[in-house]
Amino acid sequence: MTAEVASDRFSPVRFREAQIEMAHGAGGKASRRLIEGLFAPLLFGTSSEPLGDAAHLEINGARVAITTDSFVVKPLSFPGGSIGELAVNGTVNDLAVSGAKAEALVCTYVLEAGLPTAVLEAEVRAMAAAALKAGVRIAGGDTKVVEHGKADGMYISTTGIGCPLRNVRIDAASVQPGDKIFLSGPIGDPGITILLARGELDLEADLRSDTRSVLPLVEALVREAGPGIRWMRDPTRGGAATSLNELARDCGLGMVLFEDQVPVRDTVRGACELLGLDPLHIANEGQFLAVVSAEYSDAALNALRLAPGGEEAQIIGEVREQPAGAVLETTRYGGSRIVDMLVGDPLPRIC
Amino acid sequence: MPQGDRVRFVDEFREPKLITRTADEIRRLADPGRHYRLMEVCGGHTHAIYRFGLKDILPENIELIHGPGCPVCVLPMGRIDDGLSMAQDPDVIFTAFGDMMRVPGTHGSPLEHKARGMDIRIVYSPSDALKLARANPGKHVMFFAIGFETTEPSTALTLMRARAEGIHNFSVFCNHVTIIPAIRAILDSPDMRLDAFIGPGHVSTVIGCRPYEWIAQNENKPIVVSGFEPLDMLQSIVMLLRQLKAGEARVENQYKRVVPWEGNRAALRAMAEVFQLRPYFEWRGLGFISQSALRIRDTYAEWDSEQRFSIPGIRVTDPKAAQCGEVLKGVLKPHQCKLFGHECTPEHPIGALMVSSEGSCAAYFNYEHRKMEMVNILSPTA
Repeated sequence: MTAEVASDRFSPVRFREAQIEMAHGAGGKASRRLIEGLFAPLLFGTSSEPLGDAAHLEINGARVAITTDSFVVKPLSFPGGSIGELAVNGTVNDLAVSGAKAEALVCTYVLEAGLPTAVLEAEVRAMAAAALKAGVRIAGGDTKVVEHGKADGMYISTTGIGCPLRNVRIDAASVQPGDKIFLSGPIGDPGITILLARGELDLEADLRSDTRSVLPLVEALVREAGPGIRWMRDPTRGGAATSLNELARDCGLGMVLFEDQVPVRDTVRGACELLGLDPLHIANEGQFLAVVSAEYSDAALNALRLAPGGEEAQIIGEVREQPAGAVLETTRYGGSRIVDMLVGDPLPRIC
Repeated sequence: MPQGDRVRFVDEFREPKLITRTADEIRRLADPGRHYRLMEVCGGHTHAIYRFGLKDILPENIELIHGPGCPVCVLPMGRIDDGLSMAQDPDVIFTAFGDMMRVPGTHGSPLEHKARGMDIRIVYSPSDALKLARANPGKHVMFFAIGFETTEPSTALTLMRARAEGIHNFSVFCNHVTIIPAIRAILDSPDMRLDAFIGPGHVSTVIGCRPYEWIAQNENKPIVVSGFEPLDMLQSIVMLLRQLKAGEARVENQYKRVVPWEGNRAALRAMAEVFQLRPYFEWRGLGFISQSALRIRDTYAEWDSEQRFSIPGIRVTDPKAAQCGEVLKGVLKPHQCKLFGHECTPEHPIGALMVSSEGSCAAYFNYEHRKMEMVNILSPTA
């Protein structure tokens, strides 16, 4: 949630809902209403600029990118990752998909009284390891403790500052019909892993949520196809469907996905079938979406697939004039459906 | 994954070649001079039709009419208010399926009540609610039971277990309904002209196929009990068209891999042990239908929320402008309702048809309505 600050003019608050619901934090339509209707008019003035993953600012002639994110995860650790790792990689990735390399992070811990020290230590170690791996310095922090029963063990918030990468400019308005939509790898693993790790479902699956920095993949993409890159996004909460709907609205064009090209692991697909969820709505970590001009699409696909961890990258669709402002998925036998943003939290259905 | 991987029992029924072949067969069988009105009774079918874009591959003269088989959609708002009134008690944990959580009551949905601090939890089966009762002996756990015959056996078995284990801090607010009287009400409705039915698949795993025989024999309408994958539904349409072409009306079972002709006797026995028919029950949009819902037998009174708590028995009329009833009966298409897409959207639903993913309005809104404005989007550019 970042945009250029223009503090001298304020637009009216349009958010009219009486109270905050869980859905306002789920990353879908309700979140967008809250941000565009309340935060943006009061904090960013009249900014009608698309809200990107990170803000790019010029300070005394130096270009910097800045972003912030909070991590509230239950359970704190899950197969393949934990809140500490997420807190580093999530912010590094928000900077990466905005076209910047993270240089330093500061972090805030909100700890619940009664949290075992061993749990905290494990998460701090996880953060240190993730920061080392991602090549980012942790430059400072703050700690608050709240009453027992208040913070699900711990919340972590991280703010990252980075240098814009050369040779790339991310701008939803530059997206054009004919551009190709890329996905860096299979979607849905983290969301389903965490849902199952909560243990409320009595379902088991051999799944991991490998949180990682996507910066090496982004750098490989920029190196080989930089001038062709129009847009990138880290499709976390709300899933790929929500990110692509936001892009469709921001650029006024249609995003057409080919169902048989969208990489989804069969375990994720199976769990989604059982629970009545759509893999395109499931949260991700460590993957990103990119829109690249047709001219550079071969170079982009090669660059991603040759980079370690990008072997499963795919062109999943393309940008067209229609359906303007919406996302459409064509099924493998000639049907089609509109793919909307996530409404509320994904709720499993009964039959 | 794009290449090779398969989800068993799913991908076989989404095989593009077979689907194309079956769609060709439908085109061959459908008489171009005739308009076919087929009702899919079950909300799961409605959802599948939109999710898989099946309308795109059916000929135009085959019209699919969405039926009343969405348990969330047919529940009158007063019952939600009744359930939430019990949850006001700070010693009560209110549990329900995820489907129920966004359904609006007069003063908001269960999810909104949860945000205001009520102890409302999503469970995935009634036995999870019973588990909560065991773990919270100081609280009373109420399960808001909804569903057709598909979910009734699990509620029955949970109640039998609660009694056998002597768990007294657990009760069920029973809103279970039965499918046959709803189909009868639709057929009795004068503004309804249907040619045939796609029969509910999961309900039939419990009740079997015999209960539909009157539809074929007395009403002279073919009915095919169908599975939920694209190929299942297309094959069921082929079977219906064959019957219509031959001038026949029979009950057929396309979903044989799951549905036994005689149903599931053990499940039916458990239901008979725990439930009895209510003399009448209110359905949203369809009004009061006699013998169309279940209540908990007196032998299980201790686990019946309606007998343990004083229920206000709230009756709320639906907003006048909303035409849920007409949509539920299949008289109107979702987008023909005056509120569709403006006042009533999945985020701000007025009627429950817009809430559940099986409700025809939500399915239509999510997957279909914006497609109507587009042209030539499906022709590839490259």
